[in-house]
Amino acid sequence: MNYSDTSIAASVTAPFLSLENVRKTYPGVVALDGFSMEVRPGEVIGLVGENGAGKSTLMKILGGVTRPDSGTITVDGTAHDRLSVEASLGSGIAFVHQELNLFENLDVAANIFFGREPLRAGPLKLVDRAKLRTMVAPLLKRVGANFSADTPVATLSLAQQQMVEIAKALSIEARLVILDEPTSSLPLAETDKLLDVIKALKADGISVIFISHRLHEVERVADRVVVLRDGMLAGTLPKSDIGHDQMVKLMIGRMLKEREKASEAARAPGAVALAAKAIRTPAYPGRPVDLDVRRGEILGLAGLVGSGRTELARVFFGIDSKLGGALELDGKPLALASAADAVAHGIFLVPEDRKLTGILLDLSIAQNISLPNLPAHARRSLVSSSAETSTAEKQKKALGIKAPSVQTRTGTLSGGNQQKVVLGKWLAMNPKVMILDEPTRGIDIGAKAEIYGLMRALADAGVAVLMISSDMEEVIGVSDRIAVMHEGQISGILDKDRFSQENVLLLAVGKQPK
Amino acid sequence: MSKKDLGLLILILVVGAIVAIINPRFLLPINLANTSNLIGLFGILSIGQAFVIITGGIELSVGSVVALLGTLFIDFIAVREVGWPLAFVLILFLGAVIGLVHGWLITRLKLQPFVVTLCGLLIYRGVARFYTADGTAGFAFGQNFPELEFLTAGRSWGVPNSFIALIVISIVMWVVLHRSVFGRYLYAIGKNEEAAKYSGIRTGRVVIAAYVICGVLTALSAIYFAMYTRSISPASHGQFYELYAIAAAVLGGFSLRGGEGSLIGVILGTVLLQELQNLVNLLGIPSSLNFAVMGGVILIGVLVDQQWGVFRERRLMVDATRKGVAGQAAE
Repeated sequence: MNYSDTSIAASVTAPFLSLENVRKTYPGVVALDGFSMEVRPGEVIGLVGENGAGKSTLMKILGGVTRPDSGTITVDGTAHDRLSVEASLGSGIAFVHQELNLFENLDVAANIFFGREPLRAGPLKLVDRAKLRTMVAPLLKRVGANFSADTPVATLSLAQQQMVEIAKALSIEARLVILDEPTSSLPLAETDKLLDVIKALKADGISVIFISHRLHEVERVADRVVVLRDGMLAGTLPKSDIGHDQMVKLMIGRMLKEREKASEAARAPGAVALAAKAIRTPAYPGRPVDLDVRRGEILGLAGLVGSGRTELARVFFGIDSKLGGALELDGKPLALASAADAVAHGIFLVPEDRKLTGILLDLSIAQNISLPNLPAHARRSLVSSSAETSTAEKQKKALGIKAPSVQTRTGTLSGGNQQKVVLGKWLAMNPKVMILDEPTRGIDIGAKAEIYGLMRALADAGVAVLMISSDMEEVIGVSDRIAVMHEGQISGILDKDRFSQENVLLLAVGKQPK
Repeated sequence: MSKKDLGLLILILVVGAIVAIINPRFLLPINLANTSNLIGLFGILSIGQAFVIITGGIELSVGSVVALLGTLFIDFIAVREVGWPLAFVLILFLGAVIGLVHGWLITRLKLQPFVVTLCGLLIYRGVARFYTADGTAGFAFGQNFPELEFLTAGRSWGVPNSFIALIVISIVMWVVLHRSVFGRYLYAIGKNEEAAKYSGIRTGRVVIAAYVICGVLTALSAIYFAMYTRSISPASHGQFYELYAIAAAVLGGFSLRGGEGSLIGVILGTVLLQELQNLVNLLGIPSSLNFAVMGGVILIGVLVDQQWGVFRERRLMVDATRKGVAGQAAE
């Protein structure tokens, strides 16, 4: 594609992309409901919204993967009913996804021009490496890369890999770069670099849609913020109005009150149920962790992705063996050789990755719920399906699992209902310590509130609840105490009176709270 | 019986009817007895394989184990004059040990099932050949074990006892696979081993148990094969039997990824394979084409099954979309 200075000048006032009244429904769900927005050339749009708000559907429509039911998409002055993948690419829309699509075994240059390599003349069509390098160099310079074109991608940090992705986007002469949660797995220093790249793109007249859950980053970089909620435009904030509180209000408005209510009553702490004494995990072998989880409390475990929270939970649940230190349950030493041992002691884990480790998608609700406690649902080693069904019916009713019957395959349920099945299998077994790793990730708002309610009910019943979460609102709204991890260690524990986003964030990056 | 099994049964009956029409000798008692004897021998083997495949594993050493344990069994009772009941138990025990070692290497040392059992395939065949100095293990002239011979190669009411043994074993293993706690664990591990582990199942032990079951059933069939052939040349005895067993399981609806398949399926798979062997003999197809016929039928079977699955999925999706549209209209 070729565009001259005059065409840019002509389009300064006109938006590069505009969506009008876009609607998309899936069976039973309205994913986008009459959504409209505009992106002007050189504008950085922050797109925020909770999980399930419709962001991914919007991205799929812009990428040409999904066809909207109705509405108009105007790109560069041309109106479309829908975009095809080719039309999307051809008009200069490029994506940098949360999961990077790079070949780790190839070098930077090969990745950027993969499938479009300059070839030498001759029958063998060898790759013209020299030309490739000269093509890649200016792209790397534009994204401010501090690595060369022939570096293997495997040796790059995540932020550097993201730069490669952006360079790839630039190589197709992108006019709109859509960054989907680019910073979610980046350490803080690397995030700064990425934000600089966004500013550089803007200076070149390229539009950016920046999707992120990290609101302070959106605040720093966006010219305008578009907030999605339940498939609808919840509001647009001009540069002057962009602020954390305004975004949160638009994103979760009606939820805020419920969370505040839940956090009002302070509770007397119970006895220590699970104690970690100088536990060392395989992720950070040199960093011992001390942590007490008390009965009747919800202990929030906050920290950045990669700070070692999940690894700690895996040790508590017996999946990984500890490298050192000791575990205690109710003051008695606890040895865990496998998850089966943890389950036998009443220590249960609701894992982070529901579909891979939480449930078996091919089994029915009843079979999933009975699985950890199958011998109790059997007579003389033969499974009693009536016992299974009655246990499952009880949990289905108690948790409000929405499904035609307990014989329904769990794979057909929504994320929230699947998560309730995971909870149900443990609740049917009298937990002592309940560990929940990102329990509400990918779950709609209604189900979230129910899961918070369940955690509170567990704590009230004397269960020690440990909740790992990256959702700041959730950690602060739900926990009784917050432990924060930084690079494998507990950097601090906050009591209720010192709860604030700022304090959690300071501890998460290894600084002292106020 | 699932729809898949029913389809397979119909296929078996249709093929049988066609063969019977072309060559009525198919239905002669002697032919049926011979075929059902072979179904018994290969069926026991295939059930063992099925227990391993359901966990997502594979057992390639089956044929070599049949050769090694068969050689040892005949050597025990014919040469070393061990009492046959003791030899019988010893061989089953050795089968269990082989399964235990394979399971241990796979679950504790994290080796791939394909690699472990491929090595087993080579090792056991080699050991068997070395043990007999590449000769033949067989009974001396006039050696008789009337009870053993009745149990293995004899007949009751005209039905080969090996076939009756298969039926008894099938019923027991059907209960184990489809009704017991252990069977549920097997399916759970085959579907998603990580999730099973996160549900507190001791997945390692369950997988080892599957290999032990396979080892014991293979040992049992090794005794049956030995008594059927009565002399064993370890260089060729039992060759490709692992592939017969895997083919029976695949025909019977097992997925090599694990977590799928039924006991009835693997039995029907065995029946179909033996029926095809019989068909080649009876229809005068050159016996050199034997494997080609078998391969062709398995390929077609798997293809039909796959396409049927795709078709069903599409129909489900169309239904769901229709319902979605209707729901919207109702709003």
